[in-house]
Amino acid sequence: MKILVAVKRVIDYNVQIRVKEDGSGIVTDNVKMSTNPPDDNAIEEAVKIKEAGKATEVVAVTVGEEKAQETVRKALAVGADRGIHVKADGIIEPLAVSKILQKIVDKEKPDLVFMGKQAIDDDCNQTGQMLSSLLDWPQATFASKINVKDRKLEVVREIDEGLETIEIATPAIVTCDLRLNEPRYASLPNIMKAKKKPIEQLNASDLGVDVVPKIQQIKVEEPPKRKAGIKVSSVAELVQKLKNEAKVI
Amino acid sequence: MSVLLIAEHNNKELKAFTLNAVTAASQIDTDVHALVIGNNCADVAKAVSQLPPVKKVISIEAAHYENFIAENFAPVVTKLAQNYSHIVCSANTFGKNLMPRIAAKLDTSQISDIIKVQSPDTFVRPIYAGNAFATVKTSDSKKCVTIRPTSFDPCESSGGSAPIESAEVGEEFVLTKFIKREEIKSDRPELGTARIVVSGGRGMQNGDNFKLITAIADKLNAAIGASRAAVDAGYISNDHQVGQTGKVVVPDLYIAVGISGAIQHLAGMKESKVIVAINKDGEAPIFSVADYGLEADLFEALPQFLEELNKLNTIQK
Repeated sequence: MKILVAVKRVIDYNVQIRVKEDGSGIVTDNVKMSTNPPDDNAIEEAVKIKEAGKATEVVAVTVGEEKAQETVRKALAVGADRGIHVKADGIIEPLAVSKILQKIVDKEKPDLVFMGKQAIDDDCNQTGQMLSSLLDWPQATFASKINVKDRKLEVVREIDEGLETIEIATPAIVTCDLRLNEPRYASLPNIMKAKKKPIEQLNASDLGVDVVPKIQQIKVEEPPKRKAGIKVSSVAELVQKLKNEAKVI
Repeated sequence: MSVLLIAEHNNKELKAFTLNAVTAASQIDTDVHALVIGNNCADVAKAVSQLPPVKKVISIEAAHYENFIAENFAPVVTKLAQNYSHIVCSANTFGKNLMPRIAAKLDTSQISDIIKVQSPDTFVRPIYAGNAFATVKTSDSKKCVTIRPTSFDPCESSGGSAPIESAEVGEEFVLTKFIKREEIKSDRPELGTARIVVSGGRGMQNGDNFKLITAIADKLNAAIGASRAAVDAGYISNDHQVGQTGKVVVPDLYIAVGISGAIQHLAGMKESKVIVAINKDGEAPIFSVADYGLEADLFEALPQFLEELNKLNTIQK
C-alpha cells in the first residue's frame, strides 16, 4: 500500500502574525515558516502505518514556491521515502491545489492520500474534500483515529456532536485532526539522511492546471480590538461588577 | 438569483445554527430556498418551512441519507445547484465536510466561514485563526459559501409558511459506510449556544479539580469549556474544547479560569460579550482580552466565587 501525504508551508503557529499596513495581506518577510501543524500529524500517521508493516511507501507532496520544498524535506526527515514539489507562486486556492493533487494521484496511484484537515493560514478547510470529490473517492475528514484493515479503513471523526466512526474503502482521502497522534521530531542523523532522499520537481503549469485565483482578496485588516478591561482586586468585587455593571449574572 | 441553503438537522430536529445560516442567506438574496436531506425527516422540513425568510423547502428523503454522509449528499446538491446562484451552509463540521465536495463538482472556489455579507459576491472572513479579517470577492458565477453561525443572528423560528416540494433521490455511494456516532449528552446548555461559559485550562492541574468549575457552571446554568492544553492533558473530553481547533463560542459571559490565553484559544472566545479571566500569572495574555481580570490562585478564588454567587438573591438564567 502506498500513501501520499500532502503538506503545506505556512507561517509558524507560534508567530503572532502582522497585517500589512496597506491592507494587501499578511507580513511574511523574515517570518518563521514551518509545516502546517495537522500536516505533521498526517505524515506521522502515514509513517506509523508503514512502520506497522501495513504500507510500503510514503510519498510527501507539496505545492508552492521554491522554499516550500523545506516542508517536503522535513517530511523526509521523519520517515517519508521520497518527495514531490510542485512549484507554483502566489496564492494557490484549494480548488487549484486539489486539481494539482489529482494529477499527482493519477501519476502515483496511491491507495491513500493524507493531509491536515485545515491550513492555519487561510483556514479554508477544503482541499481534502475537494480532491476526494474530483476523484470520486471516499473521504474521512477530521480524523482522530485510524485503523487500517484489509483494503478498508475504520476512521473516528471529530464532529460537533462528539465522535463518529465510519468505514471507507481504499483508495480514499483522510484529513487529519491534531488529536490523531503526537508527531515525532526529526533526529539529526535522520535530517542528514533526508538530504539524500529524492525530491521530484514539477511545475504547476506543466501539469495543465489553471492556478489563477478566482477569489480576489480586496483587503486584509486587523480584527477590531477589544477595549481595555480592568483588574479587580477581589472575588467579591468581581461578582458585584458582573451583577451591577456588566449585568450578565 | 436565488440562494440554496442546506439545512443541518438530526432527522428529528433542525439544528439551531441553521437559523443563523438562514439570516446570512437572506442577506445575500431574499429568495432563499432551503434543502432538507435526510431520512424520515418530515418534521424538520416542516420546521424549516416556518422560518419566515425561507420561500421554498426542498425535501429529499432516503435511507442512505440517514447519517449525513457527504459522498451521498454532494451529487444531489450539485444537481439542484444548477438553479441557484449561491449554495450556502453553516460552517459546522457538517458543512465543512460537505461543501467543498459540492464546490469541486461545480468547479467553484469555495468561500469558507464568512462572518459578514458585503454584497452577493463580496464577503468578510477570518484568516489566521481570527487574527486578521479578509474581504474577498469571488468571480465564480456559482458561489459556494459556508457561514460562521455565531456571526449572524438567528432568524425567527415561526411565522413562515413556505411550500414543501420533494426532489429526486440520488444514488447511494457504497464505498463509505457509517458505523456509529457517540454523542455526548448533557443536561447543561450546549457549549456552542450557551449564554454563559465557564472554561478551565492547564491551571486546573487535574480532571478532578474541574468539579470547582462544574459547581460554578451549575449555579450559573452555564456550559463548561476547556482550553486545548486541558483537553490534551486529559482533564476533560475534547467536546469541551474552545478554540481554533475546537468550538467558537460567543456567549454573553465567558469565564476563563487557569487559562493563559494562547492564540488558538483566543480565536475561539474573544468575540464573547463579557470576558472574565482568573489567573495567578498577572502577565498571562488572557488578561489582554478580559473585561474583568482577577489575579488570584484559582483554588482560592473559585470557592469564594461560589460563595459570593450563593449570596446573590437572584441569578439570571
